[in-house]
Amino acid sequence: MYTQGLDQRGDGKAAADRPELLARFQEKVDAEEKIEPKDWMPAEYRKTLVRQISQHAHSEIVGMLPEGNWITRAPTLKRKAILLAKVQDEAGHGLYLYSAAETLGVSRDELVEQLLTGKAKYSSIFNYPTLTWADIGAIGWLVDGAAIMNQIPLCRCSYGPYARAMVRICKEESFHQRQGYEIMLMLSRGTDAQKDMAQDALNRWWWPSLMMFGPGDADSKHTAQSMAWKIKRFTNDELRQKFVDVTVPQAEFLGLKVPDPDLRWNEETGHYEFGEIDWEEFYQVLKGNGPCNRERLEARQKAHDEGAWVREAAAAYADKQARRRAAA
Amino acid sequence: MTEATNNEQLFEYVVRIADNALVTGQRLGEWVGHGPELEEDLALANFALDYIGQARALYTYAGEIEGAGRSEDDLAFLRDSHEFRNVLLVEQPNGDFAQTIARQFLFEAYYLRLLDALASSNDERLAAIAARAVKEIRYHLRHTRQWVIRLGDGTGESQRRMQDAIDRLWQYTGEMCTADDIDSWAAESGIGPVPESLRDDWNAFVDDALSEATLARPGNEWMASGGKEGRHTEHHGYLLAEMQFLQRAYPNSTW
Ligand SMILES: [Fe+2]
Ligand SMILES: [Fe+2]
Repeated sequence: MYTQGLDQRGDGKAAADRPELLARFQEKVDAEEKIEPKDWMPAEYRKTLVRQISQHAHSEIVGMLPEGNWITRAPTLKRKAILLAKVQDEAGHGLYLYSAAETLGVSRDELVEQLLTGKAKYSSIFNYPTLTWADIGAIGWLVDGAAIMNQIPLCRCSYGPYARAMVRICKEESFHQRQGYEIMLMLSRGTDAQKDMAQDALNRWWWPSLMMFGPGDADSKHTAQSMAWKIKRFTNDELRQKFVDVTVPQAEFLGLKVPDPDLRWNEETGHYEFGEIDWEEFYQVLKGNGPCNRERLEARQKAHDEGAWVREAAAAYADKQARRRAAA
Repeated sequence: MTEATNNEQLFEYVVRIADNALVTGQRLGEWVGHGPELEEDLALANFALDYIGQARALYTYAGEIEGAGRSEDDLAFLRDSHEFRNVLLVEQPNGDFAQTIARQFLFEAYYLRLLDALASSNDERLAAIAARAVKEIRYHLRHTRQWVIRLGDGTGESQRRMQDAIDRLWQYTGEMCTADDIDSWAAESGIGPVPESLRDDWNAFVDDALSEATLARPGNEWMASGGKEGRHTEHHGYLLAEMQFLQRAYPNSTW
């Protein structure tokens, strides 16, 4: 996953003095042709993409932490293997996405630096804790589920490398979603303690999952530009609605209750109506005041610091080898 | 020898290989998300996954040999420390990256040779499991050997850390190639190799890597043992407590 629709900014000025280039660029985008790394593109388009792709990459990497938290405690060997494979997939997603961002002229090191200094964002969802095994089910089902909603349209993103990375990633995310749902299914058909665990997880993950789609359309002013560039295909609210419509019947099938007293089916619109999202909580988590913001960044920082001597050693060895080869 | 005692010994023999795989996989799983670089996170997760897969195949087989209805999960999650037969080396904590690499390297240098021999075991099922695992471990060992060399011949700091790691773990390397009754039974029955027969090759392989890595082979030849009999180091209990928590706290549940 896990773009959050936070990145539709861009001042739109730099391209103004290149009208012919800009017109050709837009023509290409309108014709659904892919923009490739060597093609001319408006500076703001590049900037928007770098921000979005790197935020997405960081989310994959930070997202490994809440789930990695249960690898050593998975309840069966099969579940342990599935979870390991999932977290490994997320690391892979991070890698493809950093590579896609690199085609836009930023290095992975710079991007990681931005994550560690707090300059770059990652999806707010990963600042919530995984307290029980059911949280691993809920993340797969809801968080990967929301990720898919967000990402399927990105497979048609105008920027070629991003679109291609997303095709591969989406396939894996839908696996994750099914596996997460299967965990929830086992729990909800299990003992009373397991059912309670499942309901508690849904209670805690439901609202943060809805927040994954980003602010409501009224508050996300730059959506129009991203839509015109075909980076974005649907608004945040459209995607959120789609997610609710798909997910509520799944919760019903599990026999779990969605923690929203205002949730109801609207016969006329053919959609679920749902309650007001607590945007104050959302902005607090973004600002760094979520339950695990500090722990997540500290964990990334620790891995980075403790890995420094390893990376230096690998570089020093590669240098020595190159010199030896040159001397030979 | 009767069928019954044969089965008991074969069960023991298969379980100890499975325990090595599970404990190693569990340790590697601790790294995921915390590796020194993203590529290494991927590799460590992938290796952990291989080990868990091997453990599953071996426990399932062991359960069938025993014939008491125990599943792979019963064997993994519902035995206590003294019933685990893994060698002491694999339960040692991850420590820094050098310690993990040293542990994996020293163990896999043995494990690959064991699997190679088991691939021609006259126990067909064990041979099939080993034949599959040998491909995975050959790849791991190439990776861990490369890291031993990079870290040994990298910077001053990495060399010091790598040497420390080898020195610290050396005492746990003797157990692997020292036969006990079960190993001897397996060798006599054509099921597994004589452990001592793997030792020269292990030594040559390890010495070669250490010298390429500009590291010294530790002089201390005193060796700890006990893993194969279920006498473990203090670390083992914590590893199990964490791993077995859900199965112990919520018995008779399906996950
Ligand atoms: Fe992902
Ligand atoms: Fe995922």
